[in-house]
Amino acid sequence: MTMDVMQLQRKFSEHQSALYREGFLDDQFTQLQKLQDESSPDFVIEVVTMYFDDSENLLNKMARVLEQNPVDYKQVDAHVHQYKGSSASIGAARVKNICATFRTFCEAQNLEGCVRCLQQLQHEYSLLKNNLQYLFRLQREIQAAGGKIPTLE
Amino acid sequence: MELCNCIDPQWPAEELLMRYQYISDFFIALAYFSIPLELIYFVKKSAVFPYKWVLVQFGAFIVLCGATHLISLWTFTTHTRTVAMVMTTAKVFTAVVSCATALMLVHIIPDLLSVKTRELFLKNKAAELDREMGRIRTQEETGRHVRMLTHEIRSTLDRHTILKTTLIELGRTLDLEECALWMPTRTGLELQLSYTLRQQNPVGYTVPIHLPVINQVFSSNRAVKVSPNSPVARLRPHAGKFLSGEVVAVRVPLLHLSNFQIYDWPEVSTRNYALMVLMLPSDSARQWHAHELELVEVVADQVAVALSHAAILEESMRARDLLMEQNVALDLARREAETAICARNDFLAVMNHEMRTPMHAIIALSSLLQETELTAEQRLMVETILKSSNLLSTLINDVLDLSRLEDGNLQLDASIFNLHDVFREVISLIKPVLSVKKLPLSVHLSPDLPVYAIGDEKRLMQTILNVVGNAVKFSKEGSICITAVVAKPESFRDDRVPEFLPVPSDDHFYLRVQVKDSGSGINPQDIPNLFTKFAQSQPLATRNAGGSGLGLAICKRFVNLMGGQIWIESEGIGKGCTATFIVKLGIPDRKNESKPPFVPKLPGNNGLTDFAGLKVLVMDDNGVSRTVTKGLLVHLGCDIATASSSEECLRIVSHEHKVVFMDVCTSMDGYEVAMRINEKFKKRQDRPLIVALTGNTNKLVKENCMRVGMDGLILKPVSVDKMRGVLLELLEHRVLFETV
Repeated sequence: MTMDVMQLQRKFSEHQSALYREGFLDDQFTQLQKLQDESSPDFVIEVVTMYFDDSENLLNKMARVLEQNPVDYKQVDAHVHQYKGSSASIGAARVKNICATFRTFCEAQNLEGCVRCLQQLQHEYSLLKNNLQYLFRLQREIQAAGGKIPTLE
Repeated sequence: MELCNCIDPQWPAEELLMRYQYISDFFIALAYFSIPLELIYFVKKSAVFPYKWVLVQFGAFIVLCGATHLISLWTFTTHTRTVAMVMTTAKVFTAVVSCATALMLVHIIPDLLSVKTRELFLKNKAAELDREMGRIRTQEETGRHVRMLTHEIRSTLDRHTILKTTLIELGRTLDLEECALWMPTRTGLELQLSYTLRQQNPVGYTVPIHLPVINQVFSSNRAVKVSPNSPVARLRPHAGKFLSGEVVAVRVPLLHLSNFQIYDWPEVSTRNYALMVLMLPSDSARQWHAHELELVEVVADQVAVALSHAAILEESMRARDLLMEQNVALDLARREAETAICARNDFLAVMNHEMRTPMHAIIALSSLLQETELTAEQRLMVETILKSSNLLSTLINDVLDLSRLEDGNLQLDASIFNLHDVFREVISLIKPVLSVKKLPLSVHLSPDLPVYAIGDEKRLMQTILNVVGNAVKFSKEGSICITAVVAKPESFRDDRVPEFLPVPSDDHFYLRVQVKDSGSGINPQDIPNLFTKFAQSQPLATRNAGGSGLGLAICKRFVNLMGGQIWIESEGIGKGCTATFIVKLGIPDRKNESKPPFVPKLPGNNGLTDFAGLKVLVMDDNGVSRTVTKGLLVHLGCDIATASSSEECLRIVSHEHKVVFMDVCTSMDGYEVAMRINEKFKKRQDRPLIVALTGNTNKLVKENCMRVGMDGLILKPVSVDKMRGVLLELLEHRVLFETV
């Protein structure tokens, strides 16, 4: 094992731990990683990519509905509910929590709250996306160098 | 003769005399005239002269005298009447002035004299001031020397350097021939010559400490002159020809940490003095001046202080070294203890296994043997073997348990168990012995005793069994009575353990079990020893030698760990005995089903093969969730089909699918689909199990699921292990509702 691989592995571990520590990811993500094996080696990446597409789709829909006048809160709620479900499935903890808050604002039909939540969601989502993409890049580099992906202790 | 005013000059006879008189008068007049001139000149020159009037008077007097004498010059020869007149006038005036002057002088001369005295006084004063100045200057010099000496002395904390520096500097400042320091020996009876100025290595020359000269020096804090012949001063061979220089000795207090008292120093605290001896150069006729003595005293004090600092420093360094040593030793001891504990734990762990395995074999095989055909003799033998090995097994367990308990390593389990079952089990275990001994047993379980409780079932049973077993063991006749109630706070006050006041709450209660027997009883004096391990009370004859003495000790530990108390009361020998204990047990969740709630059981192996090929349908309109659930099930080896909408689901579902996982978060579709599936498959066996997956912890959801005929409800998030357990449970029981 070369120094580079060990360095990459260390960076991977640190980044992963940081994501958990800061609440970006929760246990569900660990479960996802457990599902990765020889038969589905890129399971996590596939699911996460699907999630990213889904997120962008839903966020756009939410933005459009909120721009309308009058605002159809039920539809916003439906989208948020979907997004919450997806986030919960992959363990995106922070996004899921913001979705929960978003839903209460929808029920209260509070436009300002909804808009703010949407902004937060977009922000959190982009953060998560960057972090996960970095993580996956490291993962690919480690795999290319023939090393093993470190698991979370 | 009568009319002639002229006087015949009698020249020739007295001419010589006349001439001399003439000349003298002339000179007198000259002198008299010049004196005032001089006076005037010098007074004008001087700045201060207070008696101008006197001067004038005196001047007038002198001038007139001079005039008189001058005029008398003319009277030697015949002179006219005018001259006589002038002469008379002059004489009269002179007389007047001189009388006045004489009168004046009576006042003036004492004054002038006193001026003189004052002048003398001032001169003396000036001389004295000069002397003072000289003294002050010498003192200042001394002070500077002291400061410099002190600085030198105090600049080091090393004893030897301090003393050496002192001697050197003193020698230099005072220009000494020899300077020496005598230190007290360890015995305190002698003074030893430790340091000298000139000699490099002083020979171990000692003098006894109780010499009068030494006592004299030690009793005063001044520098004392000693005779050069005294033993302390005889430091080197007599070098000088005539006189040895004067010798002075001063004491130097030596400080010991143990007797340092800050307010009494140095009079009371210090008992130890060193002696410093200073010798002036011989043949120099120098004497010890006061300021030099003062210097010596001050230096001695400073040295004492510096030495005390050095001593304190030495002490503290030594203490610190000692502490470090102790620290190292303690560390080592701790590590050794830790190793010992580890070794013991390892030993226990190994022995645990090693001892139990053969025991297990013996017991199992003996009991198997019992089942076979045996003669009566053989049966007896086998029974004895079994009894003995059971006993041994119990002993091993007890010892191992106790050592674990003592470590504090033991942790109680906390799981739900059936409390009534525990009692039933105990009774069934003890029944054989009871029937043999023909002891009736009555059991009262209070009606408000919960059926289920949370706690360590095994150890609770062990405790109850032990207590009941003791009651049975030590009763030859009479009866045994077991009561179990839920302890109420009021009842605690009756108990013998007043400090124990537990408070039940919503999630735990206190179980109180009392076992009364009418057997041999216990001597009240022995009661405190009951719970001490390995202690047996005296009358062994009345008890069969059963029990290692550990049983109650272990029970007490268990009871304490369970947050309770155990105690035994007895009226005395032959009057029976009552054992009571209270333990804290948890109350299980009230929203309990009649069945215990679902706790996923982990199978022994990974169980991938259990689900191989199991056909499952996953319905979820959220792509991400669907993929995740699918991934989970694929990981477990299932054959997965997915549906993203209810129509798709209804289309795909077939009798081949064993389970349908349905996400009901989003819409009411889920329930409708379930109903449709139910309709579609008439026969129950063909129908796949429908399980709802939801993140919603809502009773309503659960009710709806049950209403539409779903077979199960699982809460998201689902881990791999949970899913495995779920599938197992489903396939086994065909229904699974997780508690929300």
